[in-house]
Order: sequence, then C-alpha cells, then structure tokens
Amino acid sequence: MDLNYSPEELAFRDEVRAWLTKNLPAELKDKGHYAKEELLRWHRILAKQGWVAPAWPKEWGGTGWNVVQRYIFEEELGYAGGPPLIPFGLTMCAPVLLRFGTQAQKKRFLPRIYNGDDFWCQGYSEPGSGSDLASLKTKAVNKGDHYVVNGQKIWTTLAHYADWIFCLVRTDPTVEKRQEGISFLLIDMKGPGITVRPLILMDGAHEVNEVFFDDVQVPAQNLVHEEGKGWTVAKYLLGYERMNTGRIGESKRQLAKLKEFSKEKQKELRFRDRLSRLEIELIALEITNLRFLDRMRRTGQPPGADVSMLKIKGTEIQQGLTELAMECIDPLAGDEGSLALQKKYLTTRKTTIYAGSNEIQRNIIAKMTLGL
Amino acid sequence: MNFDYSEEQQLLADSVRRFLDKEYDFESRKKIIAGAGWSEEVWAKFAEMGLSALPVSPDYGGFGGGAVDLMSVMEAFGEALVVEPLLPTLVAARLVGRAASDAQKKALLPAVAAGRLRLAFAASPKTNVVGAPAAHKLVCLLQGDLFIVDAAEVSMQAYRTIDNMLAAQIEFSPSKADLLAKDAGTAVEEALDFATALVCAEAVGAMKFACDTTLEYLKTRKQFGVPIGTFQALQHRIVDMFISHEQAKSMACLACSRVDSSEAPADRARAVSAAKIRIADAARHVSQESVQLHGGMGMSEELKVSHSFRRLTVLARQFGDADHHLQRFATL
Repeated sequence: MDLNYSPEELAFRDEVRAWLTKNLPAELKDKGHYAKEELLRWHRILAKQGWVAPAWPKEWGGTGWNVVQRYIFEEELGYAGGPPLIPFGLTMCAPVLLRFGTQAQKKRFLPRIYNGDDFWCQGYSEPGSGSDLASLKTKAVNKGDHYVVNGQKIWTTLAHYADWIFCLVRTDPTVEKRQEGISFLLIDMKGPGITVRPLILMDGAHEVNEVFFDDVQVPAQNLVHEEGKGWTVAKYLLGYERMNTGRIGESKRQLAKLKEFSKEKQKELRFRDRLSRLEIELIALEITNLRFLDRMRRTGQPPGADVSMLKIKGTEIQQGLTELAMECIDPLAGDEGSLALQKKYLTTRKTTIYAGSNEIQRNIIAKMTLGL
Repeated sequence: MNFDYSEEQQLLADSVRRFLDKEYDFESRKKIIAGAGWSEEVWAKFAEMGLSALPVSPDYGGFGGGAVDLMSVMEAFGEALVVEPLLPTLVAARLVGRAASDAQKKALLPAVAAGRLRLAFAASPKTNVVGAPAAHKLVCLLQGDLFIVDAAEVSMQAYRTIDNMLAAQIEFSPSKADLLAKDAGTAVEEALDFATALVCAEAVGAMKFACDTTLEYLKTRKQFGVPIGTFQALQHRIVDMFISHEQAKSMACLACSRVDSSEAPADRARAVSAAKIRIADAARHVSQESVQLHGGMGMSEELKVSHSFRRLTVLARQFGDADHHLQRFATL
C-alpha cells in the first residue's frame, strides 16, 4: 500500500498545475456565477490545449490518460478555481452518443461539443417528476420522419444559454412497464415552439429554467438508441465513469480559503473543532475516492454505486464549507463580501438536491450495493 | 498510488482470517471469556503465524514489518473481536526497539518475536493496562523515563474491561525495575501513534462486522409481513453506516501509511490524530446504529453485535478520544 502518487503521477500533476497557472485568466477565478461567454472562453482554452474531454476516445479528442491521471487533472482543475466545465455536453450527452449514437450523430455533434460551438442542457425533471423520474409526461408522438413534442421540463440548468437540449420523453404511454415508453431525444433549442422561462433561486441568481414544448418538431434522426430505450440510456449515464463526483479539488480550494479567512473565528474552539472535522471528512473522502479509482484501475469495472457515496459526502462537505464561512460574518452585514458568502451558503443547498437527491443516492446504494 | 496489499501481506491476512473463521467463532470466543479471559493456544497459533515477530526488527529475529503490514491483521482481529493481547505486546516491543540499549534488545526482542515473551505498556506508574495480567514484563513510563520490570514485581489488580479485555490496575515503583531509556518522550509518542493507527484498523474491522451483521438482520427480520430492510427509513440509516465505515477505513489507511513513511513526526501525528477523530466518530455512529437497528436483540448478551458495540465504544476512546485528538490536530 502506498498512498503517495508515483513520481510519474507527480510529474503529470505538476505539468497540469503549471499549465493552469499560466493559462487560467485571473479574472475568471472564483466567481460564483459565470456568464455564457466566460464559460465558453475557458472551455475553448482547454479545447485548444486538447484537454477539454480527457475521457473521450482518442479519435474524438480524448487524451488517453488513465483513470488516475484523469482524476488528478479534474482535481487540479477544481483546485485552480476557474469556471466549471459545464457537464451537459462534455460528460453527459457525449458519452451517450459515443455509446448509443449513430456514426452520423457522432460526427454531427461531438466536434461541436468539443469546440464549444454548441451549448447543451439537460431535459430530465418535470413539475410532477422529480425523484420519480420515470413518471415523466412530456410527450413525443412519432410521425414517421419526425416527432412532435409537447410538455414541460423544469430546473433546466442554463437552458437560457443552450443551443441544444437532450430530453427524456414519453413515446409510448400504453406500455405496462412505464420505463419502456421513454425515449432519448436531441432537440434544437432554437426551433419554433420552445419557450424558456427563468426560475430565480433564493440567492437571486438565474441559473435554472422552465422549458415549454409546444408542438415542437424533432427530426427522427435525433432519436438516440431505439425508441423506448431512453431509460437504458439514462441509466448508463448514471454509472458512467465520473472521476470526481466528490469535487475534491474545489472543496480543497474552498477549505484553504476558509482556513485563512476564519483565523479569528478559530479562537472559538467549538468552531475550530467543527472546521477540523470538516477538513478530516474531506481528507477521508479524497482517500476513499482514490481507493475507488484504484479498484477501478485493477478490476476494470465501472464505479457503479460508489459514485453515489462520493456524491453524498462531497455535497455534504461543500455545504459544510459554505455554512462555516457564513458563520464567520455578521448575519446582519450588508457589505458585498458578506452578502456573497451568505448567497454562497444559500445556493449550495441545491447540491444535495440536484443530480439525484442524496436520498435517491441512498436508495441506489441500498439497492445496488447492499441488495436491499 | 496503490491500495493493494503486497503478496506477503495478503497471504498473512488470509491465513489469519482462515484461522479466525475456523477456530475463533463467537462460541469459541465465549468459552475463552468464560475461562481465563485469553487463550494460550490461540496466542501460540498467532506466534506460529508470525504475528508477534512481524514488527520486530530482523536483527532480533523478526520480520521488520510496519503498521501497514499489521493493518489487515488488526482488521481481522476487529471483526472477530479477538481478546488475546497482541497489541500491548507489539506496542511495548516497539518502545524497546526504539529506545532500549542493544543488550536489552538482544535480551528481550527475540523472545517477543518467538511468542515466548508477552509485554504491556503502562503510560504512568499508576494506571489501567490492557493485557497486563497476561504479560511477563511491563514497560513503564515514569516522568519521561522508560523502565522495564517483571510483572511479578508490579502490584496488579486484574479485571475485565467493559469489552471483555483482560486488564489490570497496576502500580509500579522503579526500585525493582531496569531503566530502558531516559527522556523517552519522542519514542513514546511514536509508539503511541503506532498503537493508535493499529487501534484505528481494529475499529474498522469491528465496524465492518457491525455493518455486515446489521445488513443481514435487516434482510431476515420480518415485521408487518416483510423484511424490515424494505423500509426506507432503515435503508438510509444502514447506508450511512456503510459510508461511515468506508470513510473510517480510508483514514486507517492514511494513519498506518503515515506511521510507516512520514519523515517529519508532525506529519505522522497529524495523520494519526485525524484518523482517530474520524474513527471515533464512525465507531460511535456505527455501533449505536447497529444496536438500534437490531431492536431489543441488539441489547442482548447473546448476540455478537452487543459485543462489537462494547469493543467499538472502548476503541473510540482508547489512546485518546476525539476531543483529545481534535486538540492535538489543531496544534500541529
């Protein structure tokens, strides 16, 4: 057992770190919310370097890095404090196309995702279908060479930036097993019949939306996999090899800043001890993450329900960090810095709800890992 | 980076597990506790497998192993709730190996390695020492100096701890003892970190047992006509137990690895204290939930889970509880 990175892995980390120091523009660091141009600017810098989609096959622009290198890269990326790489195209739609898409679909969409030409969003949740996603009602009627889509999606992150949306839609309302009536469609956001309405969250920011579909015509060639196999596609994505669901790098950066920022507050031992416990939870999660990676590297098996545990712990840590940061300032303060910390606390509450709430993650572990 | 055990480590862990599965089931353990409180036969078997020789230097008949080499052994001990006092001997031997003169090492360590000499460590002249009643000699700390003394020369009142370990309240005076080392503070701190890392590994094993047995119970116990494991309230609680166990295991890996490889004592101490904090929290969480999810049966002397509860309750606090290590962690 050796918990240290090998000399080769350390050299790789240093190379990534040095490149990030040189190429991440200072004005893009540590902003809570990013404009579309800022997100794309960083995306394109990474694309130009050839690093924007490390996990893709080499022929489509992947780096050929092994799982540990990919993890190191993602951690460094998070630790550097730049804009997030928006996952909907790079690590959600693309892996689906790579696994289930036709050659024509791959050729049409993958290069544009890689270069940041198309901005994608994800159409899963509906007003009546959150955790019980398979109850979704947005309807797509097969008209031969096209589908006609009617319905509504909700909580659609960055739909107001998006050129495309990948959607789970109901193509067959009659099948007994409702999952088998769901299909996976790629829909052009610029087409007629689509309305995007902002939903403002409690930190005042516009990040999520409602998306309405009113007789939207979608060409049949935008169906991914077979009709009725949308649920299979969605499940594949759940088990997809994500290296850094726990967002270790970002939390490390937040922790370092918090430790510096809270020096005075740490004289209160109760605060100090809570901070220590959070730091230790993060240390433990990093090692747990590495243990899972190591197992993956050895067995070649996808991570499966391990990802759920990383999501639960990672988001709890993110919330803990913003909560402690908020506690360092006067709750009645009105200066911009204090308000920003409080807003960060507010917005981070979403992390245990989105991408499969932490309760759903526990259901997944109970079923898949524990056999309950 | 790699979390694999080496081939030797894996072979040793496998043979210890095979032995414990076969010869040290809950019923056998019960008989040992009803008798002398530890088994000389089991001890001899451990020695035969090389456990007492493992951390002793090759210069004195051992294998020169470290904390990582012992980690899977301690996990297996934790799962089986072994009561034979291996750890006290290993910790005291570590002190001898680090602090004593060459002549003293020659006189003591080969016998430890061969399993003929059992030791225990008393951190103060009047204290409670696990394993003391089974020890031939005690290593004692008195005002920073380290002594070794025959067990027969120490005033000793034997008893069983709440988790059925053989222990004694001892009182020791240096008049009949030999000096091992003056100003042994550094060696003692190192040996206690070594012990703490191993206790962390043992606790991880006991947690694994508690999680596994509780999962089994949720799958078999029926109420309202269905296994209680179908209830979401209980599913989420046992998921959190497994998560605690995974996080604790990661910290035990860190502690054992840093005990073996840290060049700066502060790095080692920081890792060990961090591990002990997380493991103390996890031990409390897992042990309490394992009893609660068993309902009344969890309280029963008859069920092993009530014994793992007691072991975890003690391990959470042995060699410093979470508060103690939080204090230490903050100053490092």
